[in-house]
Amino acid sequence: MFPLGLTPYVVGGVLIGVAVSMVYILTGTHATQSSFFTSTLSYFVKRPFFQRETYLQSREWRLYLAAGVILGAFVYTVTVSPDGFWVSSVPIWRFILGGFLVGFGTRLSRGCTSGHGISGLASLSTTSLYAVITFIIVGIITVNILGVLGI
Amino acid sequence: MKQKNIILFIGGLVFGVGLAAGGMSKPEIVLSFLKLEDLGLLVLMGCAAVINFVAINIVPRFMEKPVFGDEFKPRERKFGRHTMIGAIIFGTGWGISGLCPGAALSSLGVGNLPALAGIGAIFLGAYVMGRWFS
Repeated sequence: MFPLGLTPYVVGGVLIGVAVSMVYILTGTHATQSSFFTSTLSYFVKRPFFQRETYLQSREWRLYLAAGVILGAFVYTVTVSPDGFWVSSVPIWRFILGGFLVGFGTRLSRGCTSGHGISGLASLSTTSLYAVITFIIVGIITVNILGVLGI
Repeated sequence: MKQKNIILFIGGLVFGVGLAAGGMSKPEIVLSFLKLEDLGLLVLMGCAAVINFVAINIVPRFMEKPVFGDEFKPRERKFGRHTMIGAIIFGTGWGISGLCPGAALSSLGVGNLPALAGIGAIFLGAYVMGRWFS
């Protein structure tokens, strides 16, 4: 069940929990991830959907949050990480096709693994619970179909 | 720099360390969860959600408002058709790529430059979704 042991997952989960909790207690804001993509597009796309108040109000801090996530992972990698820099061997077409569906789907569902998964479940939202169960089950089915097809 | 931006940046730093330390920056580890070979992702998500549960549901009982904010915002999401269709589309993309929005950003931080293609694609997906519904 846990070939890499439990420690990295507990450490990672506690750090993420502390990060979102700290932001909530200090600012009252849910530090979630997927809205970053739409709110950043609001700088460039003038269509009404992208110019909604919620995106205009949050786009600045969402940029800082995203910059922090990238830099945090970088700092971890150059300091305490046991493996150092690392490049995935997942074929790039899977990032492109999958990424497109991730962008479309998380925005349609209004939440991702952090929005529905961490903030939504912590808020005891049944909407988020259904979303989390659904994307996990569909993810499992997708991976296994790809596996059967030998992709 | 605004106070709120600094707080979100620091929160992002810790979030990014957590994603990298917990292996989520590596699509291979996410995919190994979806293959049910390593259930660690559930442990990570559970730990984070339990801690955040305390911050969202218990801390506000003892504090009138956030330290630097006006109100504790509830996270309200109405359940609807789009929630589920979106989750199905997201799950499919997650299973293909092993990327989710936060993890894709952190993947860049651990040096996985091909994740840039994934991040560009996530932007494109978010753009098409917004165009579709505007």
